[in-house]
Amino acid sequence: MAEPLPVLEMTGIVKEFPGVRALSGVDFRLFPGEIHALLGENGAGKSTLIKVLTGVHSLDGGTITLSGTTVRFASPSQAQQAGVSTVYQEVNLCPNLSVAENIFIGREPTRFGRIQWKRLRREAAELVDRLGLDIDVTAPLSSYPLAVQQLVAIVRSVGTGDADGQGAGTKVLILDEPTSSLDRDEVLELFALMRRLKDEGVAILFVSHFLDQIYEVCDRMTVLRNGTLVGEHMVRDLDQVGLVQLMIGKALDQLEELHDQQLHSDVGELLLKADGLGRVGGIAPFDLEIKKGEVIGLAGLLGSGRTELARLLFGADHPDSGKLTIGGKQVSMSAPNDAIAAGVAFCSENRKTEGLVPDLTVRENIILALQATRGWTRPIPVAQRDELVAKYIKALDIRPANPEARVGQLSGGNQQKVLLARWLITQPKLLILDEPTRGIDIGAKAEIQKLVVSLSEEGMAVLYIAAELEEVLRLSHTIGVLRDRKLVAQLANGPEITTTRILETIASGEHQ
Amino acid sequence: MSTTTQRPTAADSRTTGKAARVLGDRRLPVLVTAGLFLVMYGVGLSRYQNYGFAEAQVFLNLFIDNSYLLVAAVGATFVILSGGIDLSVGSVIGFTTMFTAWLVERQGLPIVVVIPMALAVGAFGGFLMGYVIQNFEIQPFIVTLAGLFLFRGLCLVISKESISIGDASVSSMAQTQVSLGGAFLSIGAIVALVVLAAAFYVLHYTRFGRRVYAIGGNEQSALLMGLPQGGTKIAVYTMSGFCSALAGLLFTLYIQSGDPLHATGMELDAIAAVVIGGTLLTGGSGYVIGTLFGVLVLGLIKSLIQFEGTLSSWWTKIATGVLLCAFILIQRAMTSRRKT
Amino acid sequence: MTTTPRWRALTHHHLFWPVAVLVILLLVNVPFTPDFFAIKMTDGHLYGSLVSIVLFGSPLILVAVGMTLVIATGGIDLSVGAVVAITGALTCSYISDQADQSALSGVFLALGIGLAAAIVCGLWNGFLVARMGIQPIIATLIIMVAGRGVAQLITDGQIITVNSEPYKLIGGGYWLTLPFSIFIVAAVVAVTVAITRRTALGLLVESVGGNAEASRLVGIRSMRIKIMVYVFCALCAGIAGLMISSNTSAADGNNAGLWIELDAILAVVIGGTSLLGGRFSIGGTVVGALVIQTLTTTIYTIGVPTQTNLVFKAAVVIIVCLMQSPKFRAKVFGAKFGGKRAAVPAPAETAPAAEASPKMEVS
Repeated sequence: MAEPLPVLEMTGIVKEFPGVRALSGVDFRLFPGEIHALLGENGAGKSTLIKVLTGVHSLDGGTITLSGTTVRFASPSQAQQAGVSTVYQEVNLCPNLSVAENIFIGREPTRFGRIQWKRLRREAAELVDRLGLDIDVTAPLSSYPLAVQQLVAIVRSVGTGDADGQGAGTKVLILDEPTSSLDRDEVLELFALMRRLKDEGVAILFVSHFLDQIYEVCDRMTVLRNGTLVGEHMVRDLDQVGLVQLMIGKALDQLEELHDQQLHSDVGELLLKADGLGRVGGIAPFDLEIKKGEVIGLAGLLGSGRTELARLLFGADHPDSGKLTIGGKQVSMSAPNDAIAAGVAFCSENRKTEGLVPDLTVRENIILALQATRGWTRPIPVAQRDELVAKYIKALDIRPANPEARVGQLSGGNQQKVLLARWLITQPKLLILDEPTRGIDIGAKAEIQKLVVSLSEEGMAVLYIAAELEEVLRLSHTIGVLRDRKLVAQLANGPEITTTRILETIASGEHQ
Repeated sequence: MSTTTQRPTAADSRTTGKAARVLGDRRLPVLVTAGLFLVMYGVGLSRYQNYGFAEAQVFLNLFIDNSYLLVAAVGATFVILSGGIDLSVGSVIGFTTMFTAWLVERQGLPIVVVIPMALAVGAFGGFLMGYVIQNFEIQPFIVTLAGLFLFRGLCLVISKESISIGDASVSSMAQTQVSLGGAFLSIGAIVALVVLAAAFYVLHYTRFGRRVYAIGGNEQSALLMGLPQGGTKIAVYTMSGFCSALAGLLFTLYIQSGDPLHATGMELDAIAAVVIGGTLLTGGSGYVIGTLFGVLVLGLIKSLIQFEGTLSSWWTKIATGVLLCAFILIQRAMTSRRKT
Repeated sequence: MTTTPRWRALTHHHLFWPVAVLVILLLVNVPFTPDFFAIKMTDGHLYGSLVSIVLFGSPLILVAVGMTLVIATGGIDLSVGAVVAITGALTCSYISDQADQSALSGVFLALGIGLAAAIVCGLWNGFLVARMGIQPIIATLIIMVAGRGVAQLITDGQIITVNSEPYKLIGGGYWLTLPFSIFIVAAVVAVTVAITRRTALGLLVESVGGNAEASRLVGIRSMRIKIMVYVFCALCAGIAGLMISSNTSAADGNNAGLWIELDAILAVVIGGTSLLGGRFSIGGTVVGALVIQTLTTTIYTIGVPTQTNLVFKAAVVIIVCLMQSPKFRAKVFGAKFGGKRAAVPAPAETAPAAEASPKMEVS
């Protein structure tokens, strides 16, 4: 069977940000009536590719052809006019307006400038009906759960150009992680809508971190890594293990055995125990035990629930179920304060938004956590403070070694070290590190890993999250494997555990 | 054919109880305010029956005596619905009284020429503030605060003294009574009601009006939905400036003088009326009809206090503050319910 | 050559611009009033333009210092003017009811009552903001509206005059040749600096205002801190209220402290504290308040009609805010200047940052 002409073809796409080449010569094509998955790990360039396509970012090189004509969109609304619509992970609608209005706002049917409400509601109802959904279009959007709001967002983008006959109707629909906070039933409903649109000839670009979903609904997939195209495959031609290899970038048989480093074995008594801890939309209930001096590594793809698990242990999010015991005492999980008091420290992956206070100095950022536990009335004595700060700046080799420097001006690696210093100074029993090595240079990476080893030798437990499996494998006593928001396996590290083995577990979701 | 059967209940399954559903209705605050107005009016009727409270004119006086506040509050409603705030209202009103009085009395211009000039100045002031807010991303609070200073300062630049208006056409306009059966309305009140009706139409039957709601509901989304969010925002402040200037003209008509201290702090009354009328201060939810009731409630408090005779005028402020507090807490309860 | 780095360090000091503006404003006066900087000794009291600037600026400095901490947490307090009026009204009405208005015990009790009322207002604001999670502008609007009514209720709509020597001292008396209020201001500023910089309060306030989520994740109890700063702000406003009513020996529920909240916010902004919260500077705020007071004095001495005062103030607000707006700087001075504050992200992080926000560059 000869392939039809692609509705969208992107060739040699280049996009550069200051200091970074986010996309270098990526090709991508999309056929009418197919669901096409765009895959890749963090920083692979998925979002950048979508943004270049929809006109959020300008194009630095390459061509985009839509239905045979070369296009270059200056804004998302221009892209929408031409038939390229996007629905983001976060619902970008107005919850205070009715469903019908959300579908039509900006292109309401009017007569002499007066909105024809009856016609608007009727057309909205027809559109919703045609797509097989059962939604009361007169109800305010906020009265529906997120999943339905997401469907409405899709209806809106599909409905483009219907009302006034302007625009071309949607040819390409981009769904950027629409399923990340939906439950199973809601996902099925979304898929039904996607298939219906596919039957109508719409080309759908689907981004998801859930491998099962991709195999369930997609026809074709394109994998990106580090801003380059790794491959385009029909879904039926590539199994999950092969896909994970493509995404991570190593063929299984080529992986070296990296964890030649001897892990110390003096793991102590039980420190932390989670019983059925879980949060709807975050991570399925899990059991986990962490012992003193133990390093637990979490492996899993982006969006598999790694961060969500860590946040529950720290009390950063409120669990819906389960209980947490630290040092034999049950911890109430109303706020991070309880976890901190019990000796848990958490370095977030989002250094800028959840970690540092950019306007404050290195010194102030370092002592912040310790000071918070002491309360405002008991400042750390100046001499002791300066000594502590100097000690950690030296120990972690923070540069510039100036405690007065503003943290916002430091490089990523040094910011990460400041964050580490902040928690080390509190002498925690459990240190949670979420992607501590992301976005920092090689030297700093190695230093942070060495530090983790020496901390655990001193008896500190560490929960280590990293996208790079080698890192996890090298450092951890136990490896927790996550997949699709579930802790699917806990593997005791040993000679028989290899990255291959972990990859297989991630891909299959089973503990062999 | 439907892919799901449980969907119709989606809305209901979210709102767990009856109470929660009632709390979630956007019209609730307006109804509460309207109910409050009726109760207060009923109390007035029963207490001051023998003092003529039941006369239709007492009721219509609410519109006559608060016409300028109603117009200003309608402008403020647009701004607040869009998620902003305008502190310059009182100053623009004060400035307009001075500007009008000065042009009519000192420069001898006919009032018909002065009216469009005053409106244009107010609208332009609003436009400038909107432009700065939109293009330089400075908080509306601060920009309109500068506007407050500027227009109050311009009042004083025109004259430190109050200028009373003796112009014949102005006073005849001020004294015109539009008869409604046994009672009458002033021109100011008629203008205010026309403005109210126009605002209602604009908010509910034009794309611009719906954009105001959309921006107030979620500015980021409005942007991503391809709505011309910047222009709408500037237009909203322009509108508020225009309404303030119109309110200033009505105030001039009502009081027949210009004074640099006229309408000091009236922005607070306008904001209070909008909030009591059930519009969310965070934007996106509310009705201009609610603003009417908000103004009426504030006006009724004033006239009740007058009828009571022994109560002093400052009780108006205290009562306004208490109502404001109550409505802010109701709003809080509503929004927190919606988020969870 | 050696002076260049020093000069740079000087111009980059956070107090440089506020102080420079203040000095320029002061110098502008000299051609018009040659003895502007002269300070004379009359009847054992020091007189002079500089002394009166500080004297008349005292209440504003007090209110602005309290406001600084509130703004540093990312909040704002509109109710300070009303608190000024309430405190003055309560204190004066208590004193005026006394048989002997000059009795020290009575005056102290009156001060206590007035300040207690201020603290109650602060607690209420703090409760609404920190506990109920209401936006600060809205929460403090309530007392801004109702507070003046309460003040008039206390004074019964009259201007209460008092005749109490000890009370007069606070805002109108002299001590050690200087106006007594200068000592009060100095004491409050010193105490504030001590509380914020000798304890960890300042750090925690800056942290809460600088990054609320990060502060929550390091375990800072921001609710307590917020309540504390609103109480402190109201207390400062209360002291200013005492000072204003003492200076005129009268309490005017309607006009005492009118618009002082706006002046105070302006002083804070001129002093270099961002309205978005975070880093604050008490010294900057004091200078900012002095700039505003000097502006008023200058307009008066150089013979510009005093009524243009507000227009000047409006111009200052606009200029200061435009200079603080990164977007304005980027447009006017080009990208180099505009990017100075918005720290340039490290290269490696650009891509994830760009991925995270679908909002960038859409217009």
